[in-house]
Amino acid sequence: MSFTMPVEAGAILGFARALGDLDPRWYDENSPAAQVHGGVTAPPTFVATVAQFDEDWPYRPRPGVPWHGSGKGPGTPAPTSGTGTSLHAEQHYEYFGPLRPGDVLTVEREPGKSWEKHSARAGTLRFEEEITRFTNQRGELVVTATRVRVVTERPVEA
Amino acid sequence: MRIADLQEGDSRTAIVVDGLTRTQLVMYAGASGDYNPLHTDEVYATQVAGYDAVIAHGQLTMGLTATVVTGWVDEADLGAFGVRFKNQVLPGDTLTVTATVVSVADSTHGPEAELALSTVNQSGVEVVTGYARLRSPWGTVR
Repeated sequence: MSFTMPVEAGAILGFARALGDLDPRWYDENSPAAQVHGGVTAPPTFVATVAQFDEDWPYRPRPGVPWHGSGKGPGTPAPTSGTGTSLHAEQHYEYFGPLRPGDVLTVEREPGKSWEKHSARAGTLRFEEEITRFTNQRGELVVTATRVRVVTERPVEA
Repeated sequence: MRIADLQEGDSRTAIVVDGLTRTQLVMYAGASGDYNPLHTDEVYATQVAGYDAVIAHGQLTMGLTATVVTGWVDEADLGAFGVRFKNQVLPGDTLTVTATVVSVADSTHGPEAELALSTVNQSGVEVVTGYARLRSPWGTVR
């Protein structure tokens, strides 16, 4: 699958604020902090915001579509995880260039490896790898992201 | 701080969140687009998903972990960054990140450094382990 994702200054600022990271490197083009990097760049995990542009992203309420979170009632189990929970096990990024405000990224995603393990705490664990490539408007591959998801058979105590 | 100023064994420790709030989880959900109710909907998380409270987005903990690297070696960019999520992060948690220089070496595009990362909660339980590879800033190699 393939779709596009704009890299916007306001989105970068909001993302940095959500991390409590007020380094002007992420929002003030003329600051020395940004100038060291040739201008404003996005924080290392900014491509996590790809969820905003992914039509198939399951964790976004949509008008007219039942949502599994609480409302009048407490909600229903997530469609993707049955009686267990879908958790993020690992995340890896490789960077080949910067992400700057105004960039438009082409996002290409493909499944990677998958495997199973048994856990005394959570039953059978199914691991699934997903690889996402981000290419900018100049055709330069800038980031690859590898997400490893684990779906547990039952909830895991913290 | 530049990569050239780093030596093997150098380390930096910093608190990246002091008492995580549910509001910060809402901020992160809105900023990232990850509206999984497990992270923001206490009713759902406790009554349906079976957790004691909402749990933090793994990516939030990862992003918080990165701030120690970018804030410390501020005259470098990341070439690679990866983590393993070891334990849940919950509202009220205070997270401390330690970044340690594992190696410094020269490459075709200038000096590079490998850092080992560890993020622990207020009980000393590791919530994230990871690595970062630092390289010269993008702006200087255009």
